[in-house]
Amino acid sequence: MTDAALRPPIVSVALLSFATLATEILLTRLFAVVHWHHFAYMIISLALLGFGASGTFLALVHRRLLRRFAASYLGNTLAFAACVIASPLLARAMPFQAEALLWDPRQPLWLVLVFLLLSMPFFFAANAIGLALILHRDRVGRVYAADLVGAGLGSLAVLAALYGLWPEEVLRAIAAAGLLAVCVGALELRARRSAWIGAAAVALVAVLALPATWLRFEPGPYKALSQALLVAGTRVVVERSSPLGHISVIESRRVPLRVAPGMSLGATSEPPPQLGIFTDGDNLQPVTAASKDPTSLAFLAQTTSALAYLVATPRTVLVLGAGGGLEILRARRLGARQVDAVEINPQVAALLRTEFRDYTGGLLDDPAVALHVGDPRGFLAARERRYDLVQMSLTGGGGGGGLGGLNEDYLHTVEAFRLYLRHLEPDGFLSITRWAQVPPRDTLKLVATLLAALEADGVTDAARRLVLIRGWQTTTLLVKNGAVTPQEVQLIRATCDELSFDVAWFPGIQPAEVNVYNELPEPWYYDGVRALLGEGRDGFIASYGYDIRPATDDRPYFQNFFRWRVLAEAWHAKGRGGMALLEAGYLLLAGTLVLALLAGLVLILLPLALYAPLAQTSRALRWQVFTYFTAIGLAFLFVEIAFLQKLVLLVHHPTVAFALVLATCLIAAGAGSAWSSRIQRTRARRALFVAVVAVVLLGVTLNVVFDALMVRLADAPTVSRVLSGAGLLAPLAFCMGMPFPLALRAIDPPLVPWAWGINGCASVVSAVLATLLAVEVGFSVVLWIALGLYIIAFAASSFTERGPTCQT
Amino acid sequence: MRATTALLGTLLAVVLPAVAEDETAFAAARQALLREIESDVRETADFLNRRQLDDRVMAALAAVPRHEFIRREDRDFAYENRPLPIGFGQTISQPYIVAVMSDLVEPAPGCRALEVGTGSGYQAAVLSRLCAQVYTLEIVEPLGRQARERLARLGYDNVAVRIGDGYYGWPDVAPFDVIVVTAVAGHVPPPLLKQLKPGGRMVLPVGTRFTTQQLVLVTKRADGRVTTRQMLPVAFVPLTGGHD
Repeated sequence: MTDAALRPPIVSVALLSFATLATEILLTRLFAVVHWHHFAYMIISLALLGFGASGTFLALVHRRLLRRFAASYLGNTLAFAACVIASPLLARAMPFQAEALLWDPRQPLWLVLVFLLLSMPFFFAANAIGLALILHRDRVGRVYAADLVGAGLGSLAVLAALYGLWPEEVLRAIAAAGLLAVCVGALELRARRSAWIGAAAVALVAVLALPATWLRFEPGPYKALSQALLVAGTRVVVERSSPLGHISVIESRRVPLRVAPGMSLGATSEPPPQLGIFTDGDNLQPVTAASKDPTSLAFLAQTTSALAYLVATPRTVLVLGAGGGLEILRARRLGARQVDAVEINPQVAALLRTEFRDYTGGLLDDPAVALHVGDPRGFLAARERRYDLVQMSLTGGGGGGGLGGLNEDYLHTVEAFRLYLRHLEPDGFLSITRWAQVPPRDTLKLVATLLAALEADGVTDAARRLVLIRGWQTTTLLVKNGAVTPQEVQLIRATCDELSFDVAWFPGIQPAEVNVYNELPEPWYYDGVRALLGEGRDGFIASYGYDIRPATDDRPYFQNFFRWRVLAEAWHAKGRGGMALLEAGYLLLAGTLVLALLAGLVLILLPLALYAPLAQTSRALRWQVFTYFTAIGLAFLFVEIAFLQKLVLLVHHPTVAFALVLATCLIAAGAGSAWSSRIQRTRARRALFVAVVAVVLLGVTLNVVFDALMVRLADAPTVSRVLSGAGLLAPLAFCMGMPFPLALRAIDPPLVPWAWGINGCASVVSAVLATLLAVEVGFSVVLWIALGLYIIAFAASSFTERGPTCQT
Repeated sequence: MRATTALLGTLLAVVLPAVAEDETAFAAARQALLREIESDVRETADFLNRRQLDDRVMAALAAVPRHEFIRREDRDFAYENRPLPIGFGQTISQPYIVAVMSDLVEPAPGCRALEVGTGSGYQAAVLSRLCAQVYTLEIVEPLGRQARERLARLGYDNVAVRIGDGYYGWPDVAPFDVIVVTAVAGHVPPPLLKQLKPGGRMVLPVGTRFTTQQLVLVTKRADGRVTTRQMLPVAFVPLTGGHD
């Protein structure tokens, strides 16, 4: 029996794809611990070019490999499993440090090596799956379905595993899944079973024998955690890990931590000792020790974020982002009778409740305090309760923007602020504290976003409701549910005078009052708020050096301020610290896109130059195939990413939404792919037409339906929201699973690996491009572009009518 | 014996001119760096409130061999105007920032200076040329030891290095005319403000390890009241015009 006569290794392909997607998600997690989050994202994004490289490789050698399909398939699968462990370990061993790019000319070389090493597992996995697709082109629908369903289950499994296991254990488990794919593949292909299973067993023993310490990924030397641990007597006392981040809690007995951001220069007492909670080695949040000495807690009233307590007497307080409990402590110390606090990370909440219960003096045992685990918006959307004060915690260890700028942030959008404002008692305050950046960025964006929220609620006297003060380090914005009174203005003036804070806005403020204690070159904050409150707001926003357009749910990038016009100025002034003007997250993403495009282009063009049968196909056909597979490669992820935004807002949990969208899209698309194999080749184009029309109609409809659903299901149980989201998304994804297999089986064999490579490259470009587009024009536009791409794909699909002219 | 002496003589004959050549090259590079800093200061005059730095500050920068404060493998970059790594995840600041900070605190001859965050010891060495006595604190033990040895070897006798927590300053030798805080905590420690003389100046660079976003100059008035001035080290106007 020849290989070709055998059935495709469906289960093995599914297992391999399961492990491949799990690897992608896990590597992003592992490298986010070592490097900056966006650098990790960039590295893994580019490593996925291994898929594109596989297309090029297969285009050149697939005929030779297909002659011994079983050995080629199983060999590549085994190599994948080996690389799951070896690649990240070798990449970690490279002396690459993102920061060192600034001074070390060898760093780009190390970076390229890191990319190449990390692309290896994806390259081998794509080789195996690609070979199966090429050989079983007639049954491509089933093979592709196995690929997609496996990937969908892999995304669910890895996220679930990351909640219960350490990342290094998950790494072993993924390698084991890859080895299982070898064993199952050997059985399905009836190929030298004992040899392949024996090899997989030996490899499994080796994987299990690796010491756990070898598989651990530690933060890089420039991460805040590494810096803190250099101090003698400092140690990590607790570690936790989940898809939301790797938590390390440090204690320093000799040099206690003292985090009191925004503390007045007039403060005279030292804060009590603290523990530090780091997430992925950065983003420090303090846990403050219980103290019977009232002077040590005096700092709680000496920061800008205490302003609401100093000008009013809030009895009921909601803290958004409990973190290590600083705002809860502040609220109780400054007179709040009832404090609700919301924390999204269950592991942080559990630490406060258990391990650090005694350390905090039972902060959460206080009957006046209730800690809720969940998304702040989800918490509020499901409740009608109003508060005297809604307090947003200051998070992170430094200025906003920078490398954190491209995380979607649904807590600082027009829609989010409207929700917070709706939960204020009459005369209640919303208080938001931010790091003070020079020149101002996020505080002015905050004001612009809040003004848009107030206007959307029909408020016409915003200028009378706002208060903005600042120290040298932080700014605090208050928004009152009502007009700020002259008595409150007096208290604001007195507080700022006593604590050496500057007033930047309150009703009736005079220019002579601003920029007194913390002098800036110009009164940028006062001028900015005045301009935003005036008639020329749009002109001010447009002409400002940073992007301070209001953040919305459609463009939820509150912390991205990048504007291209700053780049030239920053570059010109790079010797004078001009780079501090730049938002590195955006630039890294743009750089990733450029690299992905260039590498993709090379990978797509290379087979044309080196593989004669491909070059001999007609030019028009090649253009059609290129356009078609690029369009559907881009569009699939565009749709996924656009609906991820909707699902985050529907289920109110980023990880659940991510898993839900990925799993639903991939599994349902797998079902669509499997179903497409029933369609006769002669009817492929008609089926394609129906699928594209359905995708466009469903896309347009769901865009509206999801928005309505968010309102309707606001207080529904999570299960209902998850099921509704998945149920609505599935039909769309089902249709999206059809265009790839319908076209792949209709093209000539030399074009198949090429198309596979194009699809791989387009997928890499797609993820990066979608984020950049969302930053600039919003997720809605990303969705419209995706639907347009499906139409373009159909327009380029006339080759599917003709069918292949020759066989493999 | 004679052979050994001859060999040593030959080696010295080869090595010494090379060392001298290196020193000459470093001195030339240092001069070029000074010219670059002068030009940078002129470009940022509006933000720094000065068109040029104090001659004493420039002279101090001209005298301190930065290449002695960095790792041997980075010496080729010693006089480039950028931060460099010194190990332990720390950096030596950009010379332009060191120059501006040293100028902002207006160190008068005979002043006493405190530095929090010794790092390589470079800033302390510059201050030692401007002040009568410099006290510098480093929390990372190996870094502090290295800096102490380096400063002693280079003859900076008026710099005292202590390994310990900078939060409490150096109370037994306080007060200070000048305080430079290169390792900024989450806030300005009250003990440091207490150890600043009335009329004294403190400067803090704020930003990441590699990019200084702003310089904060803290001034203690004669009545004890503390104010800050926040400066951009770069010429940048956020508003490009065109609004009402």
